[in-house]
Amino acid sequence: MKFRIYRYNPDVDTKPYMQDYDLDLQAGDAMLLDALMLLRQQDDSLGFRKSCREGVCGSDAMNINGRNGLACITALSSLKQPIEIRPLPGLPVIRDLIVDMTQFFKQYHSIKPYLVNNDPPPETERLQSPQDRAELDGLYECILCACCTTACPSFWWNPDKFVGPSGLLQAYRFIADTRDQDTAARLDNLEDPYRLFRCHTIMNCVDVCPKELNPTEAIGKIKDMMVKRTV
Amino acid sequence: MVNRVVTGAHYGLRDWLAQRVTAVVMAVYVLVLAVYLLLQPGFGYENWIYLFSGNVMRTFSMLFLLSLFYHAWIGVRDIVMDYVKPAGIRLLIHVLVILALILYTIWSVQILWGL
Repeated sequence: MKFRIYRYNPDVDTKPYMQDYDLDLQAGDAMLLDALMLLRQQDDSLGFRKSCREGVCGSDAMNINGRNGLACITALSSLKQPIEIRPLPGLPVIRDLIVDMTQFFKQYHSIKPYLVNNDPPPETERLQSPQDRAELDGLYECILCACCTTACPSFWWNPDKFVGPSGLLQAYRFIADTRDQDTAARLDNLEDPYRLFRCHTIMNCVDVCPKELNPTEAIGKIKDMMVKRTV
Repeated sequence: MVNRVVTGAHYGLRDWLAQRVTAVVMAVYVLVLAVYLLLQPGFGYENWIYLFSGNVMRTFSMLFLLSLFYHAWIGVRDIVMDYVKPAGIRLLIHVLVILALILYTIWSVQILWGL
């Protein structure tokens, strides 16, 4: 199988380049991550992140044939050769396929990704009705792999100001949580021409999400709630 | 002044909503005008005069133009926000765009009501 992989080691290289690899492997049921690990046996300088290797940790997000995805759950048989692998777009490259996620997590932290409830904690847990709990489906599953946010041109352009699809999905996850008491402040926090309204609904995020979540829908619901409290 | 990334202008919803409402007004106007023109074979100068002689069409057109200007203001402002980073130059461009749009509004009234 043929691969073209983005290589860049700032200590050695003056600029990034694409390196061709050939791997003696039948696609079969193998995933892209399996191939990358075999390639690393050939060339131990190849840098990429991985951990759970089953689409739960979100470490091995990368740009695969022009589309962001997780290497561990992308079947080799589904990819056209030569398989071109690049780091996630829009974030600074540390080395090869490893990007600096600082900006991404800064935006995530900016939406206060934790439950705010000032009532004294009950003895067991804060209960929700099954209906209220169902509101969180399609939101809590996000693994913060950054596939969506780094596929978003608005984030490429304003990574320091636009929260990005992943952060906004998480923001709605807490707005939608009936146990949270900070809704007004959360909406205030997003009522900004950059932070929320730089989303122009092009839906790259929905297209690439490896967990098949829908940040665009979540963003729409945040806007709906803002309209509801304004009019 | 410390060079920090500042966000939190606490506006955005009104403009976002206005952009949608003005888009609907413009779509309805274009649709109504297109259907009207298609239903009139051999449309000429006289028909145009007749069409714009009543206040209904003039007001509807003015509404369309106002929607267009407001819609354009939000769009142009977004572009300027993305491409012009120094706040002083950005403010200057914003002011120029607003002044131009106010002039267009006055000009539109002059044209539509033949003042």
